[in-house]
Amino acid sequence: MSDTVIKNHAENLQEEHVHRDDFGAKMGMWLFLFTEILLFGGLFLLYMAYRLEYSHEFHIAARELNVGIGTFNTIILLTSSLTMALSIAAMQRSRKGLSLFLLASTKILAIGFLVNKYFEWSAKFEHGLYPRSDVLLDKPRGEYLFYGMYYAMTGLHAIHVIAGMTILIFMFVFIWRNIITPTNYVKLENAGLYWHLVDLIWIFLFPLFYLIR
Amino acid sequence: MSENIESKPYISFLQAESKHKGIFKWILSTDHKRIGIMYLAGMLCFLLVGITFGFLMKLEMLTPGKTLFDAQTYNTFFTLHGIIMIFLFIIPGLPAVFGNFMLPLQIGARDVAFPRLNLLSWWLYVIGGIFAIVSLFLQGGPIDTGWTFYVPYSLRTGTNVSLPLFAAFILGFSSILTGINFVTTVHRLRAPGMTFFKMPLFVWAIYSTAWVQVIATPVVGITIILVIVERAFSLGIFDPSLGGDPLLFQHLFWIYSHPAVYIMILPAMGAVSEIIPTFAKRTIFGYKAIAYSSLAIAFIGYFVWAHHMFTTGISDVSRFIFSLLTFLVAIPSGVKVFNWVATLYKGSITPGVPLLFVMMFIFLFSIGGLTGLVLGSLATNVHVHDTYFVVAHFHYVMFGGTVMIFFAALHYWFPKMFGRMFNEKVAKWSVGLIFVGFNMLYFTMFILGYEGMPRRYWDYLPQFQTLQVISTVGSWILIAGILLMFGNLHRAMKKGTSASANPWGGKTLEWTIPSPPPVHNFDEIPVITHGPYYYGEEEEK
Repeated sequence: MSDTVIKNHAENLQEEHVHRDDFGAKMGMWLFLFTEILLFGGLFLLYMAYRLEYSHEFHIAARELNVGIGTFNTIILLTSSLTMALSIAAMQRSRKGLSLFLLASTKILAIGFLVNKYFEWSAKFEHGLYPRSDVLLDKPRGEYLFYGMYYAMTGLHAIHVIAGMTILIFMFVFIWRNIITPTNYVKLENAGLYWHLVDLIWIFLFPLFYLIR
Repeated sequence: MSENIESKPYISFLQAESKHKGIFKWILSTDHKRIGIMYLAGMLCFLLVGITFGFLMKLEMLTPGKTLFDAQTYNTFFTLHGIIMIFLFIIPGLPAVFGNFMLPLQIGARDVAFPRLNLLSWWLYVIGGIFAIVSLFLQGGPIDTGWTFYVPYSLRTGTNVSLPLFAAFILGFSSILTGINFVTTVHRLRAPGMTFFKMPLFVWAIYSTAWVQVIATPVVGITIILVIVERAFSLGIFDPSLGGDPLLFQHLFWIYSHPAVYIMILPAMGAVSEIIPTFAKRTIFGYKAIAYSSLAIAFIGYFVWAHHMFTTGISDVSRFIFSLLTFLVAIPSGVKVFNWVATLYKGSITPGVPLLFVMMFIFLFSIGGLTGLVLGSLATNVHVHDTYFVVAHFHYVMFGGTVMIFFAALHYWFPKMFGRMFNEKVAKWSVGLIFVGFNMLYFTMFILGYEGMPRRYWDYLPQFQTLQVISTVGSWILIAGILLMFGNLHRAMKKGTSASANPWGGKTLEWTIPSPPPVHNFDEIPVITHGPYYYGEEEEK
């Protein structure tokens, strides 16, 4: 770390007016990720409270979810995290083309995740498993809440996937235009951190909704 | 030394040109000083709107029954008064204005760590404010839930709830980004030699506040979003008719909103720790104790939220624990008050306007703090819960505490920000009016509440009228004082005599550069060799 500091310091001396602090940038990003975890933390807290209150109903309702699609999506997201990390590694080794290719793969995997999600949710809607539907209103309240939590948490996660994809598009343009370079790639690293967070949250959502049954 | 600096020609940040023209020179500027002043401008507008609502509410309470408008209007007024004062004025309050302006100056930096993010925070603040205002004029009418948005009422009411809630979410996001910015700034941009324990105490306070902003705000963010989603799609999460638990909303809401109280008060305490040494010409007493007590307040503040919920039917064990933890907050707060008073002891005190505000703060905040103990203990809480007693308590703490220091800081740093001096005599008159009006307005509320006057009621029993009238007249005096103060400052901006670099004799870094500061703050980044309040020579005499 001290090496980078010295390096940054040397660079600061060269260009006086442009302030660059990679360590600071990453620190800011980690703080932001921390707030994201707390944002989901509120939902996890609610999930815990309702799981304790309605453990039996949650147990039954979880059987309706499709473990196959869930598992497939988990694999997709984990792979996308890998391609993201490799994209940064490629950039560090000055291989711009490879970095762009891996970044594009990450995005395609993300789209795959959302397509899967779309089919999964539409299947639920066809079975009448959506809020305020007659099917759900007839079920015990615990099962209603299970779906409430399911849509809230996976929905918020899906929004984060979309946000992550938007960031990745920017990164693609930045690499393309040589704004991100092998000596200045902290933006790409921060985008990677965000993407890993999106992945990480799914890693917790998956067992909580699909596997505990 | 200061003469040398001033004789050098320089371009102040107020005059500086950029690639943008007209108003864009300001609203697209990433200069932390300009952003601080833009926050100030926005906040003062909202403050005036909030004061207007408060004024009208008190006017309605002049007589029992209907005086001016009906009960529904009163409901929307206390809601809007709360939302505007809390989310648009006090929470951004000192950190956004003086934190932005002074933090980089006090640690010897040229700007915050992420200047563009800083500008984004301001824009989000403006957008949030616009959403809140727009929601007033949409169909359905203005929100009437109270600023706490308690479910299930906020799910059922036909008024516009979702848009102001979304506004609060955006404002929260702005607050988070500011927090991230300040934490990183303090860690990365301190001048060489400025260790953590050589930082000015205002920086310590802003640093603690920034952590609270980062840690607490996301929780209310998700809570607010869930209420909006609940209204749109009926997920059932907070809706008792669908199996949800409204109490969980209150828990999540106060997990943020109690620490938010410390977002409001900590920076104010930091500003007090700046003003007192300057006007007593003494090193602050117990520097480390004050610094640590900021962190302690921020930390304990997370574990007291359920004291807002003592009458909701939560278990006795949790009530007992939360009551105990609430009392603990009094310890670091007391540490601060004693240290401030000890600093004044044997100091050579100049009773400047900022110090008068600080004295008023110590008096009012002590009353607010001690009545907080009345509310924190279970038995008395049940008696005075949701009465005017609570209203009086939090106005003594928030208004008498934070806002008085906001005014103090405004006077203290006004010469630095605008390079002009205000009229001391007029300012002292306004301090007097504010003090009298404030106590008439709110102290009567302690008595009213103790006698059983519930908060948020549009009507009251005839026997309360005498006190209500005193309170209403107090509100007029208070408002007159505030307007006099702003009038004086406004006049000073245009016609005040120009200020020297260090009109008060302060020792922190912002007083070593000319007023108003040049664009890049410091020609050379200073090297720090001693603590922030070094009155060594004077004290040795």
